[in-house]
Formats: sequence, C-alpha cells, structure tokens
Amino acid sequence: MATVYNPSSSETSRRLRSAGYYLVIAVVFAPFLFVFYYMISTSLKSPLDITAPDFRWLFVPTLDNYREVFVENEFLQFTVNSMIVALGSTLIGLAIGLPAAYVIAKYRAPKLALLILSARVTPGITFLIPWFILFSRIRMIDTYTALILTHLLQNLPLMVFLMISFFEEVPDEIIESAKVDGATTWRSFRSVVMPLAKGGIAASAILGFIFSWNHFMFSIVLSGNDTRTLPVAVFNFMSFGSVNWGAITAAATIMSVPVILLTLTVQRHIVKGLAIGAVKG
Amino acid sequence: MATAAQERIEPATPGGPSRTSGKSAGRRIGEFVDRNVVAVFMTPAIIFVFVMMIFPVLFTLYVSLHEWGGGANVNPRFIGLSNFTALFSQDPRFWAAFRRTFYFTALAVSVETVLGVAIAVLLNREFLGKGLLRTVFLFPMIATPVAIALVWRLMYEPSLGILNDLLGAVGLPMSLWVADQSLVIPALALVDVWEWTPLITLITLAGLSALPNDPFEAAAIDGASRWQTFWHITLPLLRPVIVVAVAFRLIDALKTFDIIYVITQGGPGFASETLNIYVYTQSFQYQNLGYAASLLIVFFAIVVGSAVLLLRFRKAGE
Repeated sequence: MATVYNPSSSETSRRLRSAGYYLVIAVVFAPFLFVFYYMISTSLKSPLDITAPDFRWLFVPTLDNYREVFVENEFLQFTVNSMIVALGSTLIGLAIGLPAAYVIAKYRAPKLALLILSARVTPGITFLIPWFILFSRIRMIDTYTALILTHLLQNLPLMVFLMISFFEEVPDEIIESAKVDGATTWRSFRSVVMPLAKGGIAASAILGFIFSWNHFMFSIVLSGNDTRTLPVAVFNFMSFGSVNWGAITAAATIMSVPVILLTLTVQRHIVKGLAIGAVKG
Repeated sequence: MATAAQERIEPATPGGPSRTSGKSAGRRIGEFVDRNVVAVFMTPAIIFVFVMMIFPVLFTLYVSLHEWGGGANVNPRFIGLSNFTALFSQDPRFWAAFRRTFYFTALAVSVETVLGVAIAVLLNREFLGKGLLRTVFLFPMIATPVAIALVWRLMYEPSLGILNDLLGAVGLPMSLWVADQSLVIPALALVDVWEWTPLITLITLAGLSALPNDPFEAAAIDGASRWQTFWHITLPLLRPVIVVAVAFRLIDALKTFDIIYVITQGGPGFASETLNIYVYTQSFQYQNLGYAASLLIVFFAIVVGSAVLLLRFRKAGE
C-alpha cells in the first residue's frame, strides 16, 4: 500500500518544480526589465508624480513630457543629425569594408585583419585628441563629415569582422565556377558573392547603424549647434538649470526605441557583433 | 562605373580578339582588378586605416612632447619628455585614476562573469519563452548607453530615485549612492554589470549548446552530482569560451566612458575619475592637450598591454 504509484502526486510535484523554475527566472530577469519600465513609466508621469516622495506604481499617464521634448527643443533636428551620421558612416563602412572583408576571408590577409582588429582594442579617445586638433585647425568641428569619419573608426572594424565570417561561408566552388564562366573578380563579387551574403550584409549594416546611433564620446567633442546628435542633445538636457526628469526620460525613450526595434531584426548576429572575434562562427 | 562593359561575360581566350584591339576600358579595368584583387579591394581600407588611425596615433606622440595649452589653435612649445616625468612623479590624480580604473574593471567584470555564467547554466534547458528571454537579454547592451546612464542616474537620485524607496521599504537607512565617495565606483560597476552580464550569458549559452554529450553521460553513469558535473566537466569545457568573453569585457571595461561621464562626470570630487575620464577632462575641459596626449599614451599602453597579456593567457590555456 505504501509504494503505490500515484500519478497525480508526481504530476503535482513536476508542476510545482516547473513553477519554481519560472519563478527563479522571473526574479533573475526582473531587474533587467525594470530599468526599461522605470524609464518609460517616468516619461509618462506628471512632474507631481515624479517628485512624489515614494515611487508611484499607479498614475494617470500623460504625454506632456513628449510634447515638451518636441516643442521646446529642436529634437527633430537632433534626430535627423543622428540619422545622417549613422547612415553616412554605415554606407561608407559598407563601401570600404565589404571588399576588405572579402579579401581577408577568401585571399588570406591576416595582417590587415590584425590591423583592423587593433582599432577595436584601442581606446577611442586615442583618436579623438588628434582629430579634435586637426578638425579645429581646418574648421571642420561641427560638420557631418567629421562625425561620419570618426564614427567610421568604430564601425569599420565592427563591420569588417562581421562580414569576414559571412564571406567565409560562401562556398569556394561557386566563386570558382563563376570564374570558369569568365566572370571577372569584381563581377563575381558583385553578382555572385554579395547576393549570397546579403543576410550578413544587412546584419552588418544594421549593427553599424545602431553603434553609430548610440555613440557618444566622439559626438560630444566634435558636434556643435548644427550637427548635435541625439545622445549629446539628451545629455545636455541635464545641464539646463533644474533637471526635468520627465523630459529626459521621454527623450531617452525616443532615443532607445528605434534601436530596440532594430535589434529584433538582427538578434542572431548581435552577440557576434558585440564581441567581434569572441564567438567564432 | 564600368558596369556595362563587365556585363558581357566573354570567355577569356588567350590570343583571341578580345586580347588585342577590341578591349574596352571596362574590360581592361576588370583584368587589372583580377591580377591585383588583394591590392585593389584592400586599398580603401588601408588608406582609411593609415589616415584615420595610424597617423593620429603618431600625431599624439608628437603632441605629447609639447606644452599645448589653451586649445587647438594655440601653437605648441616643445618640452621633450617633461609631460611624462610630471605625470609619473607629480600627479597624484593620475595614480588615483589608475587604481580606480582597475578597481572598477575588476569589480564589474568579476561580478559579470560569475553572474553571467550562472544565468547561462540556469537557462540551459528547453522551456517555454526561452527565445523571448534571449531577445530581452539583448536590450541592456544594445539600448543607447547615454539613455541607460540617465535612467540609472535618476534611480540613484537620493530623494527622487527608486533605490532609496526600496531601501526604505525594507527598513534600511537611505544611501547617497553615486554621491557617496566610497560607494560611487561600486554603484557605477553595478550599471556596467546590468549592461553587460547578458553578453557573458549569451556567449556562454552558445558555448553550452556546442558541448559534446559524452562526458556528461559518463558522469551520469559514474553517479556524479549536479554540482560535481558542473565544476569538473561543464566549467573546464566552457573555459575557452568564457576566457574570450571575459577578455573582451576587460578591455571594454578599462575604456568605460559613457556611463561614468553621464552619471557622475568623475565626481563627487574625483572619486569616480577613471583614466579615460581623466584624459577627457585634461584635454577637453582643461585644454591641456600636450599633457593629455602623454596621459593618453600611458592609457593606450595599459589597455593594449592588458589585451596582449589576455591573449597570451588564452594561448597558454589552450
């Protein structure tokens, strides 16, 4: 009688264990998600709710903070600036980076690979001081060109290293057979290799865009009234007398949402991009 | 571009008509590219690397030998190695920043590693919503760091922020967080941990899914406990993956700028001034470009030196 198999109790314990597992996972993930919840909920609060002595979970949402960001600031202009710089550095990164990555992947050029990787290790500020001096002297501070060129310092190594792995996956036989058909290297690169690697090219482009969009240090030094990018503009919200946290969190939300949406399109490649060289494959 | 000419794919017949007079410019360019693929495809990248990267580093060396104060348009004065001697012998702020940089890095990366691997092991089984969680875990590292730093700055705010509300709720005394000199580095390291633990987790998770099955089956047959299996089998097998992930984190943590600059700008006082922040302040706030350049070279040497050491360590482990 004591050892009778009891399906319902084993089923219960399995369910309990699985519920416990989900509980642990919820506890682990809560802090990571909470910061985003905090950002978005604060951006929807009135000044009264934000300055309340304790955190208000329940409040009447308002879009006033967003209105303020767009009406009382040139927020649209900052967004356009960020867009121009990110698109510019991504497109030039593709133009320079794709052929270089192709040659590294298929013709073995390890020295160049190392040179480009060293840019990943070098602190960005190493390039910033000389470029600040030079751009000041030739009056190029506060130009899109200066921003795009310096953002490329970050984007080019990233994109090249991502593309190397994608080009390596293109089978040599296909390239060979294009050559047998009489295609020049350029033509086989353009009409055989690139279409085969187009998923990888898209991922590199999107990651390049995200990294440039997020970049702060080069922009804070080299941008000015005409070219201020979003991260610099939002950071500057801090310095205007009394801090308006509603507007700041609204601006922070507007700045991060496009990036998070883009993330969804390239999520498989992001870890590779963040740790170029760390994950082989 | 010479695309039109290249559209004609002609078999390259040696000695045929196409080799002699009827060659178009595009065809000739195509053949030139064929003979020198590596050079042609590389040239733009090489030019970029030299102009944008190598030249500025050399220029920094030049600047570091000069007294160059008051901005970019002032003329520099050659002073030899004086910047470096001043840096090493008379600048307590440099040495404090040096120690702080390593304190911040060690704290952040060790917590990230332990936590990151632990979460990866926790997630390493099939369950409903796993894919969704993996996507969510990308958000902290991909969201604009300035935005994230501003939100943390508000959370750390002693009167408005939620963290003191939480302390109050469990009956603990309030804290000044980033306004407290002794707490500011751990508080900033916590932001770094929040931002980058997911990277270690996701890399480890990828490593876990690639592990062979045999050692685990053998361990199960030998009656190893879950902890024994983890400590003696999983961890050694994962070691190469974890070491690379940690190496990347270490190099990046030494260079952390955005979150520190946005949350504290090196304050209170100089309590969170790391080397990167100090170089930035010297160059763009004080406009001491010569002195900043010498600092920069030392900082550069530290980061590159650490990277080389890490690579050695990785090779030795293999």
